[in-house]
Amino acid sequence: MSDLVGTAGAVPESEETMLGLREMELNFGPQHPSTHGVLRIVLKVDGERIVSARPDVGYLHRGTEKLFETETYPMIIPHTDRLDYVAAATNNHAYVLTVEKLLGLEIPKRAQYIRVVLDEMQRVSSHLLWLATAAIDLGAITPFFYTFREREVILDLFEDYCGARLTLNCMRVGGLQEDLTPGWVDKLRAFTEDLGAKIDEYEDLLTENRIWKLRTIGIGILDTKRCIEWGVTGPPLRAAGLAWDIRRAIPYECYSELDFEIPTGKNADTYDRYLVRIAELRQSRRILLQCCDWLDKNPTGDIRGKVPRVIKPPVGDAYASVESPKGELGFYLVSNGGNRPYRLRVRPPSFINLQALPEMARGHMVSDLVAIIGTIDIVLGEVDR
Amino acid sequence: MDISESVLTWVLIPAVKAVVVVVLVATAAGVLTYIERRTLAFLQVRKGPNRVGPEGILQFVADVVKLLTKEDVVPAKARHVIHFLAPVLVMVPGLAVFAVLPWGPEFTMRIPGLGKLTTAWYATDVNVSLLLLLAITSVGIYGIILGGWASNSKYALLGGLRSAAQLISYEVPMGFAVVSAILMARSLSLVEIVEAQKTHHMWFILPGLVSFFLYFVSGVAETNRIPFDLPEAESELVAGFHTEYSGFRWAIFFLTEYANMITISAVATALFFGGWLRPFPNVAALSFLDLIPGVIWYVLKVSCFLFVYIWFRGTFPRYRFDQLMALGWKTLIPISLVNLVCVALAALGGFRGLRILGAILWVAAIGAFLVVTRMRASKRWPQSAGPAPAGARGAEA
Repeated sequence: MSDLVGTAGAVPESEETMLGLREMELNFGPQHPSTHGVLRIVLKVDGERIVSARPDVGYLHRGTEKLFETETYPMIIPHTDRLDYVAAATNNHAYVLTVEKLLGLEIPKRAQYIRVVLDEMQRVSSHLLWLATAAIDLGAITPFFYTFREREVILDLFEDYCGARLTLNCMRVGGLQEDLTPGWVDKLRAFTEDLGAKIDEYEDLLTENRIWKLRTIGIGILDTKRCIEWGVTGPPLRAAGLAWDIRRAIPYECYSELDFEIPTGKNADTYDRYLVRIAELRQSRRILLQCCDWLDKNPTGDIRGKVPRVIKPPVGDAYASVESPKGELGFYLVSNGGNRPYRLRVRPPSFINLQALPEMARGHMVSDLVAIIGTIDIVLGEVDR
Repeated sequence: MDISESVLTWVLIPAVKAVVVVVLVATAAGVLTYIERRTLAFLQVRKGPNRVGPEGILQFVADVVKLLTKEDVVPAKARHVIHFLAPVLVMVPGLAVFAVLPWGPEFTMRIPGLGKLTTAWYATDVNVSLLLLLAITSVGIYGIILGGWASNSKYALLGGLRSAAQLISYEVPMGFAVVSAILMARSLSLVEIVEAQKTHHMWFILPGLVSFFLYFVSGVAETNRIPFDLPEAESELVAGFHTEYSGFRWAIFFLTEYANMITISAVATALFFGGWLRPFPNVAALSFLDLIPGVIWYVLKVSCFLFVYIWFRGTFPRYRFDQLMALGWKTLIPISLVNLVCVALAALGGFRGLRILGAILWVAAIGAFLVVTRMRASKRWPQSAGPAPAGARGAEA
C-alpha cells in the first residue's frame, strides 16, 4: 500500500502510534453520505488522524469504453451523457469534437455559439451542484437549497431546448440536432442577469464565514508541481496558481472570440478551490451574456455542417478535449475506417484528479477527508465509466 | 382552609406534576422537531412538512407512530444490555432536570370543597438546584458514550469518543458561566436566582453578558447541535453514536436532544433573562405587562433561544474536532476564568458593582460590534458589480 501513500503530512509511518495503540482501519464507503456516490476509501486512522487513505474505485463500472466499440458513431452520444451525469453537455461536446477532428468537419458559427451556451450552462449547474454538496459535507445545509433553486432554472432551460434535463444528448457530429426554441435566449438572459446577485447570496453565507474558513484554509494542499505530476486539471490546478484552461490554452469552437478571464488561486487549498469555482461561476455568466448578445444579433443560421449520411472517419486517430466543469475531459479515438470506433478512450478528469486524494488527505483528520473529497469534485459515473 | 401543608399535597401534587412534566416535555420535544423543520424550510426557500394535519402540525405524531412500529435492529455483536441501556441513560436525566426548572412563581388557587392551595409552576425547588442540574445533565453523557461503544461499529465508536471529549470540555466553561450567575444572585436555587433579578432591578444579562454568551455557546455544544454536532456529524460519521440504533431507541436519542435544547434554553432564561419576570420588572409604567402570566413570559423567552438554535443550524458549517477542542480549551475557558474574576469583583460591590460592570460590558460590546461591522463592510469581496480579480483571493491575501 505504501506506494499509494503520498509524501505530504507529518504522521510517522510506524504501525505503533504515540500511545502504543494500533491504528484502526476504517471502511469509508461505498455506502456513505459523503463519498458522492459509490466510492470506497480504505482509511487507516490513528484516533481521527488519517495515516493513509486508499481510494477503491470500480463500484460503478459499466464497461462504457468497451461498449463504445460496438456502437456506431451517432449511437455513442447518449452513452457519453452517462459519464459525468451532472455535466452531460460537455461530455457530448468532447466526444463530437473528437469525431469532427478526425473527419475534418467545419461547424457553422451558430452551432458553435449554441454549443458554448450549453457548455457554460452546464458548467454553472455543475459548479452549483458542487457548491451544494461541498457545503453540506461541512455541515452548512442552507447553500444546498439556494443553489438548487438556480440549478432548477438551468435544468428547465435544458428541458425547453432539448426535452431532457440531465442526460441531454443534445449535440451531433457536425453540429446540433435542434435549433433554439423561440424566446429561449430571452429566458436565458433573464436568468443569467439574476445569477450575479444569487452568487453574492452564496458568498454571504460562506466566503467570510469563520467556520467555513477554518474548515477549508490549509486543507488538502496540492501545489502546482504535484498537480502537474498527477495530471490534475480543472479548478484544483487553477487554485494552485496555474492559469491552465483548455478554453484558452487549446481554443475550440468560438471561445477565442469571447472575453473572459481564468481565475486562479494562490494557496492550492480547499478554500482557494472554492474561490476559484465561485469566480468561474461569474466568468461563465459573462460568457453566457456575450453569447446571448451574439445570438440576438444572429437569430438564424445553419446548425449543422456538411455531414455524410454514414459517419465513417478515415483510418487514423485523434484526441480532442474540452474544459469540463471538473477539468480536462478528452476523448482519444482510433478509427479503422469503419462505422464503429476501433477504440475510444476517455480521459476522465474526475478519475485523474481523484488519484491525488491519498496525498491530499494524509495527515489530516477524518472530517477533512470529507472536505477533500468534496473539493476534488468527483462524479463516480466518470471515475468508473 | 389552607391545604398547602397537608400530606395529600406532599404526595399527590408532586406526582401530578411529575406526570405533567414528562408528558409535556415529550410533547414539546416532538412539536419542536416540527417547528424546527418548518423554520429551516422557511430559511431555505422550501415548504417543509405540510401534509399531516393542518399545516403539517401532526407530522411529529406520524413520525412517532412510524418509529414505534419500526423494527428495532440490534447489531449481531453489540453488547445487548448496554445497547439497550444507553437510550435510557440519555433519556432519564434529560427528563429529570425538568423537575428543577422554574417555569413560573408560586401561586395560590382555590379548589372548591377543599380550600386554598399554594403551589408553584415548578415541580420542586432544591436549594442546590443548579448543582443538581449540572450533575444530572452530566450523567446523560454516559448514554452517548456507551451507546457508541456498545454498537460494535467504528463510526459509532468515533462518535462516542468525540462526544465524551466534547461534552466534558464544554462542561467547564458552562460551569464557570453558571458560577458567575450564582455570584450575582448569591444563591444556588434557580427560583431564588430569578427572584434576585427582581430585587437587583435588572436581568442578569446586563452584568452577565459574557457569562451568558459562554453559557449559550457551551450549551449548544452540550446538546450536540450545529456548529458543534460532531458526535453525530452525518457527512463524516454517518450518524455518529446512534448509527446502529433504529426504531424507538433512536427516537429516544432524537427526542432527548430536543428536550436538552429546551433545558439549556430554560436555564439560560432563568439565569440571565429574568425567568418568569416581565421585561424591566420594577418599572411601574410597564405594569400592564403583568397581565401576561409569568409562565407565558418564560415560554416566550425559551422559544427565542430555541429559534436561535434552529437559526444556527440554518447558517453555520460544522467545526472540526480539534478546532472544537481548541475553541473550548483555548478560548472559552480562559475567557470564562477572567469573566468569573470580573463578576466576583463586581459582586463584592453589591448592586452598584454589578451595574457598573453591566454598563462597561454593554458599551464595549456595542462599540466592538460597530467597529467589526465597519471593518467587514470595507473588506468585502468584490461582488457582482465587476469581473472577478485575476487572483481569486483578491488583494487581501
